[in-house]
Amino acid sequence: MADSFSIDSEMSGRRKFLVAATSVAGGVACIGIATPFVKSMMPSERAKAAGAPVEIDISRLEPGMLLMVEWRGRVVWILDRTPEMLATLEKIEPQLADPNSDRDQQPVYAKNRTRSIKPEILVVEGICTHLGCSPVFRKDIAPQDLGADWLGGFFCPCHGSKFDLAGRVYKSVPAPTNMVVPPHVYLSDNVLLIGAESKESA
Amino acid sequence: MSKQKNSFLEWIDKRFPMTVTWRAHLSEYYAPKNFNFWYFFGSLALLVLVNQLVTGIFLTMSYKPDASLAFASVEYIMRDVDYGWLIRYMHSTGASMFFVVVYLHMFRGMIYGSYRKPRELLWLIGMAIFFVLMSLAFTGYILPWGQMSYWGAQVIVSMFEAIPFIGETLHNWILGDFMLSDAALNRFFAYHVVTLPVLIVVLVFVHIIALHEVGSNNPDGIEIKENKNPATKIPVDGIPFHPYYTVKDIFGVIGFLIVFCGIIFFAPEMGGYFLEYNNFIPANTLQTPDHIAPVWYFTPYYSMLRAVTVNFLWIDAKLWGVFLMVAGVAVFCFLPWLDRSPVKSIRYKGPIFKFALTMFVISFFVLGWLGTQSPTPLYTLLAQIFSVIYFAFFILMPWYSKIDKTKPEPKRVTK
Repeated sequence: MADSFSIDSEMSGRRKFLVAATSVAGGVACIGIATPFVKSMMPSERAKAAGAPVEIDISRLEPGMLLMVEWRGRVVWILDRTPEMLATLEKIEPQLADPNSDRDQQPVYAKNRTRSIKPEILVVEGICTHLGCSPVFRKDIAPQDLGADWLGGFFCPCHGSKFDLAGRVYKSVPAPTNMVVPPHVYLSDNVLLIGAESKESA
Repeated sequence: MSKQKNSFLEWIDKRFPMTVTWRAHLSEYYAPKNFNFWYFFGSLALLVLVNQLVTGIFLTMSYKPDASLAFASVEYIMRDVDYGWLIRYMHSTGASMFFVVVYLHMFRGMIYGSYRKPRELLWLIGMAIFFVLMSLAFTGYILPWGQMSYWGAQVIVSMFEAIPFIGETLHNWILGDFMLSDAALNRFFAYHVVTLPVLIVVLVFVHIIALHEVGSNNPDGIEIKENKNPATKIPVDGIPFHPYYTVKDIFGVIGFLIVFCGIIFFAPEMGGYFLEYNNFIPANTLQTPDHIAPVWYFTPYYSMLRAVTVNFLWIDAKLWGVFLMVAGVAVFCFLPWLDRSPVKSIRYKGPIFKFALTMFVISFFVLGWLGTQSPTPLYTLLAQIFSVIYFAFFILMPWYSKIDKTKPEPKRVTK
């Protein structure tokens, strides 16, 4: 190719312009044709429609019990904390990375020490904020593997992140933030709606 | 008869460069005559690639890439398809053995300086193959849709969420959903059986073309092309690849197949290292297994991922972990420019390099072992220490390789 143009060793301004214009037009065409393929890989309309809120009857929940429900394919935990469990939340605070929930991981009505609407009922997505494993509920106090100062909480088996009984993350663990509290509302004393903040907006 | 054959060859050669290609790449490709057993692993990697392609095609005939059917279809292959168990074990064992031979192939390059000039590009193409191989292993491991498939994939795709600003959109784009689901399984199947195999075959072809352009390195790390017979222009230390090394490689193949068949027939799960026990449980989106670890070939990098536990420079620990893990693989790409030693081969390198390489190998194995264990404070500390040693091997190389006391290289290859 290059040889056939070598008679006049430099490309004329006109030819340079034509090569540049063709390259730009080709580039635009490539982006254009790539768009539908890239877009086809985004969540489909069906996937978007599947995110409806779920209604849970929590009348069978007993103190100290953890209930797992599914919302948008994710696990949501509903934990009924005993008074002893609630008492640990203040004691543990020096060990936490974000005890006041300053990072935006919860709706405003859950930005408090218990990270909940009702103090005893915790509603939190059961997904580690590190890399998406589901932590294990460890309510045993001071077990051998977690150390003497463990007061109960959630331990992620994947990478060793630790959370307290309000889903707040410990310092110096791989997970960067507290666990996510999903939007939720009590429709009545025992009926919880997860995924929306009122019956209407659902 | 032979005249007829010759005229047939001529007919072909006028239309396709068959004889020329045969000579250039086999019968007149001159390789150094001092290859040792370390030189088996290139041809063995090719053998395993063929094994994966062939067994993979047969597995797709019975496998169903659907979240509700995938697990059962794998069990169907194992129980009801004639010899399905054999084909699947050849494929799953082949995956692990692929990494065994590729790691040994890379280590060969490290001890004999095969990445040094003029083979930098050859090394980089090899690294590209390594990246594709890792992607293949990852996408393939998801397909049975067991507990380890699901949660392992969950961990890997969550890494993309750590990328600032675009993380969440990118995560959803990769998965085709807001969480790991059928959509992701279906597309990972497409990558695993179409996109990535095509890529790896093309890259392997390019790797071999690049190798034959610059010529093979050898255990002495000297260039045989610099000493050619003036009459024939053939390197005096070179022998034709065919028949000498084809015959030698058949020996390697036999040794490899003995080990390979031993694993397939006696320990296809390899004590949970090749096929993890938790993956015999169907994926449960609500519960992570108590102990999750990747397959053995990813564990060194997995250890690095979880070694970072402190936020640093306004970037949180999670993103640093991901960065360190990627760097742990990518750092090999810089080897050609990090090594400033006047000699290539470990045979003539000095004690500092030998010490550094030993420390690197130890840290690779320790990190690999730690990656299979549940994290405890002590193990996390060990992972941090050995991650530092691992990276120090590379980062300090420009200095220690320069001041190291080397021996003079010989003019001709030695035994």
